[in-house]
Amino acid sequence: MTAISLTNLSVYYGETPTTHDVTFDIGKGESFALVGESGSGKSTILKAIAGLAPKWQGKISLLGTPRNHAIDPRVARQCQMVFQDPYGSLHPRKTIDATLSEPLAIHGIGDQNERVCAQMAAVGLDPRFRFRFPHQLSGGQRQRVAIARALMLEPQILLLDEPTSALDVSVQAEVLNLLKRLRHQHNLTYLLVTHNLAVVSFMCERLAVMKRGRIVEIATVEQLKQNTLEHDYSGELLRASASHLISAENPS
Amino acid sequence: MAALHNWLIDDAPASRFQARMGRSYGVMSRLIRNPLAVIGAIIISLLIITAIFAPWIATQSPLTQDLSGRLQPPSSDHWMGTDELGRDIWSRVVFGSRITLLIVTLVAVIAAPVGLLLGAVSGYFGGWADRILMGITDIFLSMPKLILALAFVAALGPGIENAVIAIAITTWPAYARIARAETLTFRNAEFVSAVQLQGASSARVIVGHILPLCSSSMIIRVTLDMAGIILTAAGLGFLGLGAQPPLPEWGAMISRGRTFILDQWWVATMPGFAIILVSLGFCFLGDGLRDVLDPKSEGK
Amino acid sequence: MAPLLEIENLTVTFPTPSGPVNVVDGVSFTLNRERLGIVGESGSGKSMTGRSILKLIRAPGTVKADRFVFDGLDLNKYSERQMRTLRGARISMVMQDPKFSLNPVMNVGTQIAEALKTHQKLNRKSLRERVFSMLESVRIDDPERVARLFPHEISGGMGQRVMIAMMLIPEPDLLIADEPTSALDVSVQSQVLDIIDNLVTAKGMGLILISHDLNLVSSYCDRILVMNSGRMLEECAAGQLQNAEHPYTRGLLAAMPRLDENRDLLPVLDRASWSAP
Repeated sequence: MTAISLTNLSVYYGETPTTHDVTFDIGKGESFALVGESGSGKSTILKAIAGLAPKWQGKISLLGTPRNHAIDPRVARQCQMVFQDPYGSLHPRKTIDATLSEPLAIHGIGDQNERVCAQMAAVGLDPRFRFRFPHQLSGGQRQRVAIARALMLEPQILLLDEPTSALDVSVQAEVLNLLKRLRHQHNLTYLLVTHNLAVVSFMCERLAVMKRGRIVEIATVEQLKQNTLEHDYSGELLRASASHLISAENPS
Repeated sequence: MAALHNWLIDDAPASRFQARMGRSYGVMSRLIRNPLAVIGAIIISLLIITAIFAPWIATQSPLTQDLSGRLQPPSSDHWMGTDELGRDIWSRVVFGSRITLLIVTLVAVIAAPVGLLLGAVSGYFGGWADRILMGITDIFLSMPKLILALAFVAALGPGIENAVIAIAITTWPAYARIARAETLTFRNAEFVSAVQLQGASSARVIVGHILPLCSSSMIIRVTLDMAGIILTAAGLGFLGLGAQPPLPEWGAMISRGRTFILDQWWVATMPGFAIILVSLGFCFLGDGLRDVLDPKSEGK
Repeated sequence: MAPLLEIENLTVTFPTPSGPVNVVDGVSFTLNRERLGIVGESGSGKSMTGRSILKLIRAPGTVKADRFVFDGLDLNKYSERQMRTLRGARISMVMQDPKFSLNPVMNVGTQIAEALKTHQKLNRKSLRERVFSMLESVRIDDPERVARLFPHEISGGMGQRVMIAMMLIPEPDLLIADEPTSALDVSVQSQVLDIIDNLVTAKGMGLILISHDLNLVSSYCDRILVMNSGRMLEECAAGQLQNAEHPYTRGLLAAMPRLDENRDLLPVLDRASWSAP
């Protein structure tokens, strides 16, 4: 069964489409990456799937059911999103507790205390942080909160918009490890938007390379690792990423 | 005491209640460290105490006339002198605090929430709702406040209630503008997108997530505006369109006193002094609140 | 030959409610006309180090150094006014995001010319020529058109090249680049860094490249300083980064995912193993 299926998706901002006829399927439990430079339309596709970019043509299906253009609560329980900027994606005046219990309150789910505590433990947040404000947490901790919030409704699909690009390298490793573990624990489907091919290599099974609103290539991560991507542009992107990448020895 | 202090400043509160108490404690302790805010708060508390205990603080009834002792200068009997009907000015100023406080509170309670809500709705939805609501707001904003208030009072008839309504009508547009501007900066923020994605309704997003962000700047603005509201009320009183005689309204008192301003200065000066003091109090408090509630100062 | 910049025991202190905090704590290095990289994570004090060289630390922060010599000039004795004659003219700085560093209501050419005019008296014609040749040297093909554009009309990569042109037109001796490419796309990044690299080498300037990206710094610099929480942990030649000794540097290198990733989990920094009590 497919978790996300896009058919000829064109997303509009104003009158001109920013993406053109994007089509791909992501299987359930798969981790799929959208890569490309800024302006390639990769984040736009994520927003359209989430419901934040309501002007689109084509078809978006989530877990076999086509979604409509508005945000609807049924989709909310299937599919959640983690944003790029851990500073902007948390309400500055709400405690972690309030942020995490909000989705439960919206959907009328009980046991708020237990669920919040359990979710915080699952993403590796100390219970002491529960009544703190976002500005009292570090970037990595905030991103953990954002991940916990996305998981509060127990969705099967997570949309990840550059989840680690605003984080330090050492923190990025922790968050990537966390995302990987959560995926295995809950059999989640990931759609990851990133410009960092190394992150794709660590996190995903397949990737789609985007350029100016179009998909130029869909490949497996093995092709990426062996540098056998077919399209010229993919190769260019790979070389640009590798040009200042030294092969660091793995310290034992 | 020490245990309570530690319970309040605990950086890992055990319950929502403790967290909330700790936060208020933090705001209070920052407020206390700000000397101007403390002065403002003292003046405002004095105003409130005076208003509540007016009959005990005043030396006479504010309405008792004594035509034999009219226009007496300040003395030990009449601390602020007497007016043209021999009424004790001190007592009238004390009772006048009730009227001032009533006007200020009513205006704040009516105008601030209306402005806040209209501004937030307008900013959040944008498009037609925004154009219509902001068009109305602009019409109100474009007219001078006092003139507009005058027109309303003239239409509704003089009296405190109508003065309050008129002032409220002239103050809400400014709040709507502020709330809209603030809402626009948050509308596309990712934390708003995040709650939308969780399936929250527009009403929930506005009330639960956007209004709390506008409220601190609104509290500051309202406090700073209090001075202006008092002056507008006094102005209406001065023109005879606010509180009606013999009610001891400060503006009306000045108005009556202006006839004697050259020879019996105290008749107009004493209520004027009260107006200045209370206005200053609200200004100081507003400034202090701005420093305290500013999210940047909250960090540490 | 005396080094271009000598800094010994540089300390930047900010007062906080719980006592003064050293955001840069005893950093020492010398720089010749070469490329020096300063790497560290956020909060490591790397940007503060860069800014303190220009004495651009705002009050209440204070800068102290035992020795602070730039090209024979003792900067410890320099007043704010004297520093202003150095900034831009002899030491320049390129910041992270061109969007915030360029004046939005002035066209690009005028801004570059402005940077030159404050330091040199030139007539209109030679000013124009200098601006165009500078734009050409940052690989902008049609300088006459670009000079007339406003900052919002150009892309991020172009904006950063304009910034570089602006900073290099007075021909400074030292360029400090603070995360010059982190707001740019990968493909544009290397282009911008190549431009900086070429200009710095051609003009025999000194370069301090400040970045969080170990790989990037190691491929564009001769030497690298690794910083963490205000301290300098390690100094090594760029080519020798793989053999870095400090556990923090090694941890950082290991924590980065690679293009041919086959590890199941990324090793996470164990801060307890190296941070001093």
